[in-house]
Amino acid sequence: MAPITTLHYLVVAAALFILGVIGVLTRRNVVIILMSIELILNAVNLNLVAFSRMWGLHGQVFAIFVITDAAAEAAVGLGILIAFFRNKETVNMDEVDLLKW
Amino acid sequence: MLDYITSYLSSNTTPGQAGNVFWALVYIMVVFGGVSVAVMAMNWLERKALAHFQIRLGPMRVGPHGLLQPIADAIKLLTKEDIVPSEADKFVFWLAPLIILCASFTVYIVVPFGPTHAITDLNIGILFMLGVSSLSVLGVVMAGWASNSHYPLIGALRSSAQMISYEVAMGLAVVSAILMTSLNATGTGTLSMIGIVQAQQSQQMWFLFKFFPLGFIAFGIFAIAMVAETNRAPFDLPEAESELTAGFHTEYSGLRWSLFMLGEYAAMIAVSSIAVTLWVGGWMRPFPNWLTGETWDLVFSLIPGFLFLGLAFIAFIGVARMPKHPYFRVQTIGLAGFGAVLGLIGLVLFAPPVRDRIQDIFWFCAKVAVFMYLYIWYRATFPRYRFDQLMRVGWKVLLPVSIGVLILTAIMGVLF
Amino acid sequence: MQPVATTFFFYFLSGITVLSGILVITRNNAVHSALALILGLLAQAGLYLMLYAPFVAGVQIILYAGGIMVLFLFVIMLVNLERAQKEEQFNKQWLVGLLAAVALGGLLFAVYVKGGTLFTEHIAQPVENSNTQQIGVMLYGNYMFAFEIASLLLLVAIIGAVVMAKKRI
Repeated sequence: MAPITTLHYLVVAAALFILGVIGVLTRRNVVIILMSIELILNAVNLNLVAFSRMWGLHGQVFAIFVITDAAAEAAVGLGILIAFFRNKETVNMDEVDLLKW
Repeated sequence: MLDYITSYLSSNTTPGQAGNVFWALVYIMVVFGGVSVAVMAMNWLERKALAHFQIRLGPMRVGPHGLLQPIADAIKLLTKEDIVPSEADKFVFWLAPLIILCASFTVYIVVPFGPTHAITDLNIGILFMLGVSSLSVLGVVMAGWASNSHYPLIGALRSSAQMISYEVAMGLAVVSAILMTSLNATGTGTLSMIGIVQAQQSQQMWFLFKFFPLGFIAFGIFAIAMVAETNRAPFDLPEAESELTAGFHTEYSGLRWSLFMLGEYAAMIAVSSIAVTLWVGGWMRPFPNWLTGETWDLVFSLIPGFLFLGLAFIAFIGVARMPKHPYFRVQTIGLAGFGAVLGLIGLVLFAPPVRDRIQDIFWFCAKVAVFMYLYIWYRATFPRYRFDQLMRVGWKVLLPVSIGVLILTAIMGVLF
Repeated sequence: MQPVATTFFFYFLSGITVLSGILVITRNNAVHSALALILGLLAQAGLYLMLYAPFVAGVQIILYAGGIMVLFLFVIMLVNLERAQKEEQFNKQWLVGLLAAVALGGLLFAVYVKGGTLFTEHIAQPVENSNTQQIGVMLYGNYMFAFEIASLLLLVAIIGAVVMAKKRI
């Protein structure tokens, strides 16, 4: 078989990214939407690390920053989710239709 | 083929680094078997020691002094009915014990039993160990959720909160030890387990005594956090039997339950070996710089053999004190045989080639054994914490103290 | 040591990654989605190891699989999802979303087909043994400012999460 090049990793990352986008755009459950966002961030990470094989370690450093970002995003997102669930007893995204209650 | 096998013997790296698949497999088998045997021995020792703490005898019937009790327990658990609750999520229920078992056995890949006696030496050794052992919390959460029952769910929620909170303090304590490895001429530290012990060797000091109170405090934080990480008394809230029946594994029985126990004890040995590697000098023998010279080397290398001979002697005292009634004949013969095996091992350990290779492993295991005894001791003496007290200790005491220790270690490292 | 069977491991790990991604967005039960995501994250840590990024792989395991995903499972258990499981899983504009995603995929595919040669050359010699040290030097050297901002971000996230999840402030 052909040797594995950077392009192979980029295709895997692109597939993950598309899956994440589909999840965000079509699902109703907020928890699964947040997980799809994690998928997107992971696809970005895979891209960055794959490029770091070509251009030096900067990509890996950026991947670490992205993971930090993902941790912050998950904490705040899940906090919002709990607050929302406490008020409306649902976790469906399309029922988030009030600016104030 | 034979050349491939013998070629490793002359190298001085771990089989993983040398890329020798055969020896790596041998090491994996030895470590896996050794840990399983250690878990069984620990099971017996815990029951025996707890009993003696409470002035009881403990298991006495199965084999001499209950020595065969773990085997009897294993047979009992294997032949028990395997109950799956009808409302349970079958797949997750099945997966949870396996995850705990895999997580607690995978970490042994990087445990350094000696300078070459590890399966492999990863560049990110300690990070790998902390990361993979933190995966066992997933197994606990899954077990609690999949049982679809109240007590397991509460146990799993408590457990995940507890393990995540104590992981933070634990990680910061580990970082302060890693910082100490960078105090050399080049100024670069290391995350590899073997590298950490070698750093202690070259700095001629266990990190426990480095910057006197700081190493001690960091070690103390780790020692507390590791008890909480493994859900043992006095932090055994997730499986507090008097309030939650058995916490996250209430609904488990038979083989699956024994997998949980195996994973728990393996995790205890794993975190103890992290503590030994980071602060207590890993495979180094006591006083490597103070009691130097060939005589002392010889004296210390003879200790393993004498230890086993001593154990054999105790076994023979037991034989002499056995009641002379014919009913006890089988037990007496069994104990004598056990003593003979121990004595034989002791004699083999006196042989120079064995002696030289085994002593690193011996000192590592001896240090881990001290920690395992401490676990039993805690369980016998401390009352269980309340959950809010547990959280307060974790977040308001251990975390600030460990950050303070980290900052002070960095300052001391720059100044001296 | 030379890596062995890189082709096999690449297809194995990337297959697991993509399959678990599909499972994440199709399961009704959020816990099953989370478990699939954990599997995918671990497989991705394997891919990082194949790309000579051991430190990122370690961080991936310890932070994502051991931290963030436990948080997700914790919240799923706090929030009762039994009702959500029986409701309609996809929203009304799912067809539009799917088409947009497929269009995006087509775009990426076109880029990789047209510019495929860009990504096959210039493989830098990987430095495995001092990877962690070099990343440390970079984090505290070139990216010092970004590092400080990341720590500030985490502080804001802590306060934000506490404020959001607290019943009464």
